[in-house]
Amino acid sequence: MLAPPLAWLLVVYVGSLVLLVAGAFFSLDEFTGKVTSQTTLSNLDEAFTEPAYWSLVARSIGVAALVTAICLAIALPVAFYVAKIAGPRAKRALIVAMLLPLWSGYLVKAFGLRAIVEPGSGGRDGGLLASLTGWSPGFGYPAVIATLAYLWFPYMLLAVHAGFERLPDTLVDASSDLGAGSLRTFRSVIVPVLVPSIAAGSIFTFSLSLGDYITVKIVGGTAQMIGNIIERALLAPNQPLAAAFTLWPIGIMVAYLWTMGRLGAFENL
Amino acid sequence: MLPAISLRGVSKSFGAVAAVDGVDLDVTEGEFLTLLGPSGSGKTTVLRIIAGFEAPTSGQVLLGGQDVTDVPAFRRDVNTVFQDYALFPHMTVAGNVEYGLKVKGIPADERRRRTAEALEGVRLADLGGRRPSELSGGQRQRVALARALVNRPKVLLLDEPLGALDLKLREEMQVELKAIHAEAGITFVYVTHDQGEALSMSDRIAVFNRGRIEQIGPPREVYGRPATAFVAGFVGLSNLLVGDAALRTVGRAGTFAIRPEHVAVTDDGPGFDAVVTSIQYLGPDSRVHCLIDGGGTVVASGSSGRLATVTLGQRVKVSWGPESVLELGPHH
Repeated sequence: MLAPPLAWLLVVYVGSLVLLVAGAFFSLDEFTGKVTSQTTLSNLDEAFTEPAYWSLVARSIGVAALVTAICLAIALPVAFYVAKIAGPRAKRALIVAMLLPLWSGYLVKAFGLRAIVEPGSGGRDGGLLASLTGWSPGFGYPAVIATLAYLWFPYMLLAVHAGFERLPDTLVDASSDLGAGSLRTFRSVIVPVLVPSIAAGSIFTFSLSLGDYITVKIVGGTAQMIGNIIERALLAPNQPLAAAFTLWPIGIMVAYLWTMGRLGAFENL
Repeated sequence: MLPAISLRGVSKSFGAVAAVDGVDLDVTEGEFLTLLGPSGSGKTTVLRIIAGFEAPTSGQVLLGGQDVTDVPAFRRDVNTVFQDYALFPHMTVAGNVEYGLKVKGIPADERRRRTAEALEGVRLADLGGRRPSELSGGQRQRVALARALVNRPKVLLLDEPLGALDLKLREEMQVELKAIHAEAGITFVYVTHDQGEALSMSDRIAVFNRGRIEQIGPPREVYGRPATAFVAGFVGLSNLLVGDAALRTVGRAGTFAIRPEHVAVTDDGPGFDAVVTSIQYLGPDSRVHCLIDGGGTVVASGSSGRLATVTLGQRVKVSWGPESVLELGPHH
């Protein structure tokens, strides 16, 4: 029964991943720009020993972590309200509102954010923020982080909401019964019980942010992330070097998934 | 002495539904009071109002004479044992028991001592390091009890605490709870729909129906002199005689109840002619269902030995003493 889908997964997903990693070990013909059959470690050498790339990787991780933190900070109170306080009709409407952003396109949303943060310059009017307030963060990392947080927020919200739905009301009652105020209950009971759901949601926000390069191009200005380096190598064209760079996000995501797995992210899928 | 708990005209509506409808109740300090009623009768809502989880729509809640109607749950000197136990899954057993003391800022060494004592009190001294998920239902129940009692509350609220346990364990826990009540000397308010549990454990029983208290009193009084047809039917078995059957058997109009143990079934002698329609054998006791000639069914119960000679379809006489006929008030 499961054999055909498993075979499909093996060929398409694992197979292409293996090809990708293997590609990093081949050299490029300088003159024709084609991949040769000669193996080499020089691509890995360039991708992993160059300090400029280290700081780029560190910045990418920082962006993904910040996006995750922002999504979580907004998702916790919103999901709490939807799951535990809103009446049945408000709840239905809010869940639809939560899902609605997922129905519009990635580019539409990214360009929408661009239209908001665009700075005014040289007599040209700026975006919405600039014309309303005279101030705008402009293009750069803050705009990238805001856009990515906006793009991936629904995933965090849905995961945290599912966690709140599973949290028995009596646990909150019991904590309050034992003398804990709302903040204490939130910190000592609600958040720890939600950790697996938060971990599951963070996998989406973190991995989708870490690998992004289109948003960076649209609102990032001069900002760069791992994805942009990979794209540039790929278009150079230097497929082996691009493959070597992808080992960075693959390695980071393996470590991240392992950590989140330890926190129970996969227990309640 | 001021009552430990007073409810004055407490009502609670959820939308258009009145879950609690004008309840007045005084609970004496140290008393074991049971709120008994079918599901949806408002007994759990009353408990949650005392705990502070629900605010009454109208009326007042007093604890030890203090009006606490607007005081949140975490500032009330009561603790609750929940029906589903509500143990914190991410804490150990000891962590659960310690939680209330920690929240109140009790120093660590005293906390540890009292936690150990509380776990010992419910015979779980060795399981402090376990997670709730690693315990049996009965053990979880006792952790919930220790977690509440360790705070030395003035009032302990118990919401169907034995509902999820099997019969044998439930009976053991009933005895244990009574012992804990006697030892701790604190006020217990106990919610159950099990009339046997209510009769065997309580100092007083408040029988709930449709958000109101139908009758409140000691178990013997509630069982022996039910005030309404509802109480007569819900607390123990009753033969209800109304209309024609009442006129014929009691001799006047009204609503009457007779306990099955007060109905005698004999081969001859005085009494009403009847035929045996069914016999229930329950081990030590048996129940005999009889259809009185002219209409009206009565159930007689007695020791199986005494009723051994009764056979299905047999013509018998059923009789009862006039003192065992209970006249009931109108149904609410």
